[in-house]
Amino acid sequence: MSNSYDFIIIGCGITGSSIALELSKYEAKVLILESSNDVSMGTTKANSGIIHGGYDPKPGTLMARLNVEGSKLTKELAGILNFHYNQVGSLVVGSTESDHKIINELFTNGTTSKIPGLKLLKTKKEVHDLEPNLNPNFDYALFAPTAAVVAPWEECLAFAQTAVGNGAEIKLNAKVTSIKKEGDQYVVTASDEKYCGTNVINCAGTQADIVYKLALGKDSDKSFEIIPCKGEYYLLDKNQGNLVSHVIFQTPSAVGKGVLVAPTIHNNLIVGPNADYEVCSRNDTSTVQKNIEYVAQSAVRSVPGINFRENIRNFSGVRATLKDYDDFLIAESEYLPNFYNFAGIKSPGLSCGPAFGKELIRIMGNKFTFKANSSFKYYPLPIYFKELSDEEKVAAIKLDNRFGRVVCRCESITEGEIVRAMHSIIPGRTVDGIKRRTNAGMGRCQGGFCGPKVFDLIKKEFDLDAEDILFDRNGSNIVMAKTKGEK
Amino acid sequence: MRELICISCPRGCHLKVDEKTLEVTGNSCPRGKIYGISEVTNPVRVVTSTVKIIGGESPRVSVKTDKPIAKGKIFDAMKLLNDVELKSPVNIGDVVLANILDTDVNIVVTKKM
Amino acid sequence: MIEHELVIIGGGPAGLSAAYGAYENGVRDILIIERDARLGGILNQCIHNGFGLHKFKEELTGPEYAQRYIDLVNQTNVKIKSDTMVLDLSKDKVLHCISAKDGYETIKAKAIILAMGCRERTRGAITIPGDRCAGIFTAGAAQKYCNIDGYLVGKKVVILGSGDIGLIMARRMVLEGATVAADVELCPYSNGLNRNVVQCLNDFDIPLYLSHTVTDIVADENDGRVQKVIISEVDENKKPIPGTEREIECDTLLLSVGLIPENELSQNAEIEIDPRTKGPIVYDNLETSVEGIFACGNVLQVHDLVDFVSMEAERAGKNVSEYLKNGEVNSTLIKVENKEQVGYTVPQYIRKDSTDEDAVQISFRVRSPMKNKRIVVEANGSELASFPRLNLAPAEMENIKISRDKLKDVDVIDISIKEMQK
Repeated sequence: MSNSYDFIIIGCGITGSSIALELSKYEAKVLILESSNDVSMGTTKANSGIIHGGYDPKPGTLMARLNVEGSKLTKELAGILNFHYNQVGSLVVGSTESDHKIINELFTNGTTSKIPGLKLLKTKKEVHDLEPNLNPNFDYALFAPTAAVVAPWEECLAFAQTAVGNGAEIKLNAKVTSIKKEGDQYVVTASDEKYCGTNVINCAGTQADIVYKLALGKDSDKSFEIIPCKGEYYLLDKNQGNLVSHVIFQTPSAVGKGVLVAPTIHNNLIVGPNADYEVCSRNDTSTVQKNIEYVAQSAVRSVPGINFRENIRNFSGVRATLKDYDDFLIAESEYLPNFYNFAGIKSPGLSCGPAFGKELIRIMGNKFTFKANSSFKYYPLPIYFKELSDEEKVAAIKLDNRFGRVVCRCESITEGEIVRAMHSIIPGRTVDGIKRRTNAGMGRCQGGFCGPKVFDLIKKEFDLDAEDILFDRNGSNIVMAKTKGEK
Repeated sequence: MRELICISCPRGCHLKVDEKTLEVTGNSCPRGKIYGISEVTNPVRVVTSTVKIIGGESPRVSVKTDKPIAKGKIFDAMKLLNDVELKSPVNIGDVVLANILDTDVNIVVTKKM
Repeated sequence: MIEHELVIIGGGPAGLSAAYGAYENGVRDILIIERDARLGGILNQCIHNGFGLHKFKEELTGPEYAQRYIDLVNQTNVKIKSDTMVLDLSKDKVLHCISAKDGYETIKAKAIILAMGCRERTRGAITIPGDRCAGIFTAGAAQKYCNIDGYLVGKKVVILGSGDIGLIMARRMVLEGATVAADVELCPYSNGLNRNVVQCLNDFDIPLYLSHTVTDIVADENDGRVQKVIISEVDENKKPIPGTEREIECDTLLLSVGLIPENELSQNAEIEIDPRTKGPIVYDNLETSVEGIFACGNVLQVHDLVDFVSMEAERAGKNVSEYLKNGEVNSTLIKVENKEQVGYTVPQYIRKDSTDEDAVQISFRVRSPMKNKRIVVEANGSELASFPRLNLAPAEMENIKISRDKLKDVDVIDISIKEMQK
């Protein structure tokens, strides 16, 4: 092994990228191993995108503490790194006696956890003054002004690219197949390459138990167990985005936070999720008729006026839950020194994001000498062309006239931005990778118009054969052949 | 008696053709009569497709048969198109392949490029 | 700021025909803004024939039809800005557009014709459950890949929707070497022209499953690409009937499930949109609710024949020239209402005091197929006009004309479908 790393991070979703970001502020050799062909391809890509207020988890839990810290840090980092962030606030609404009781408990939770600005709305008028389109029966609500919405894949990319910009290495298509201890080093094998590292951080999401078991070897029965849980969503046209101006939660139950209705940072309306434990596999992101029907029926109980015919997309994400354990499992393994698990990162995982890195530093204590990286700098995401001022637009086109050619008509995304995303620190190489970086294809036509154009740009920039261009993951080739028998 | 839908124009008249006498009823215009007879004796189709082109703004340019050809020859015609590679500029009506497959049908360009 | 008398947004058949119509009626300062590098719009990828039978008395392919109007426009002084996208349009007829060549520009117009066409309905709009893998395309996107870029998007295809785009792509894919396992249609009847069912499905023995829909999409074991779809029969409410599921193995699903007029710019300009058509509400001269902004073609209502797009657009061009000469018509209005069996009407309002001498043209579509009926225009319970029709179908847009002197004393007219009189 020519290289030995101080940290090998397995998985580049919000957890892995947040940890990589934090570690890159110190002098440390960091390697990120990501099994997919891009960052944020798992749970991070397919969730509600909510930065929660933090009143929901029980005070004293990791979830509670890290949510409060993470929510504050997310807001600061959004400003520095230019990922979209909208502090819309949230309401947990209710109408029955039992709802009132639970909402009061959440208020108490939140007060104990020192969530700023929490307020109880105790009359129909107060609730409907804030949100006129809610079910008229709601007469009670917990208002959390610090709740926000983000595009989680943007946040993850921003963290990951800052880490890489500051020297962290990232290997994509690097699925870990073995982890062995050799002396005081871990030898991690991914895609037939061996990597050597002192500390291993397991951020493998729905695969976290599989990864841990690789390291435990014959002690694999000592591992925690991940139970995948699928949540399905509707993403509705922007003309539904004004129905609510806060994240609307129903009063939570034993099953979870329930189906929410929220504006997205792009001004669409997101509705979901359910909680389905009957998934076929950890990567099963199919949507199921009865589940999406349930989501719709549940949502109209909160906001009766949602017009589901304005749906532009259904999607689903699988989150990692832990068997018989309702908190994050964040700890150094008691069986494997220097092996740290960040497991069961279900909701409010995204909200805790940047706090995960800080937590690792705290847990490690003086097991590692964290010396500040004096040349650390942030690598913000570029601003969308459409968000520039008129003068800035003129200047951008002058510098590179490809900013003058709109490719994604629905979202007004230019060729310049798309090509730029193909050459960024962690480049987008697939149609979906370009979509997550630029927004192209996220609009109401869902890439029907711009898809072939983005395809063409990928082909030109990377000099690829048409049949090799991917939609998203490996195996998702878009075209099968050329016409006219052309090879 | 065969029942057919005329494809000569978007109206899609419902035709009845006597296969013995070749009498056609149900047509709204003379072209329908011609189609009805042709369809039961020697069905033909206009074929529209593309061929490779170099130097144009796209890799393909559209073409068509300038007359209908026998239905049975459609896939053979498509095979012939595979061997064609045009060079821009081309104009509508340019003959790409003349008298294909022992017919008097030509393949012509349908798009200026 | 650049100024023009008339700016036309869109250089497809509607925009080209509108420019020609305006020029023929005396407008001399016309700019067409087209987002693609070439004019012709969607016709550039519609390489099949069937266009022009009404307008030119010839059967033309899409690109040939487009070239007819491009040639007509090239004989005028109409200016073209191609490879240019209009980003914003305001109520006071100021546009912002960008292009690689000319950068970011602001243009003020005295009159505007909206000719932006339409977009395709997506999978999300009809909520098909299942995996979200590669191999699912709208028929139009597959058409672009095939006819412009030269790619076959799949080898074993299932098509959802029997509208013309779906039917045309069925034939296209087969001719390029794919197999089309089925065309699946929700309604109990095909939504495309009969001629296309014959020459696209029947000719190639492609089964058409009426009253069916796709109820699941299953990816292969890599989750990468479609491996099969599940189709189910539907009941009279278009709901899947449990127990009727069948699997069809395929690697591609093409969606031909409807077109939606592209009215984002219209909404930016605060133009009132008709929820039935999803296009602007217009007066009989095709002017929208914003003075001086007119609409024609698929952005106004989804058409089935491009010939009628051209006729409508040329009218819009003519009406713009009237507007530019004589200004806005202030008039009492006749409301046009759609009754039984009629889905919508264009126009939605008729100006009683219009100086236009031509008869009022009304377009609409019916809600379901019918035979041997009359289109009836009524006011205050009495019939003003009646038009017999042997066949009516939702796939075929109907056009009727009613002379203005019949409308002198009415405030509301109803369009409905009634039985043939004995």
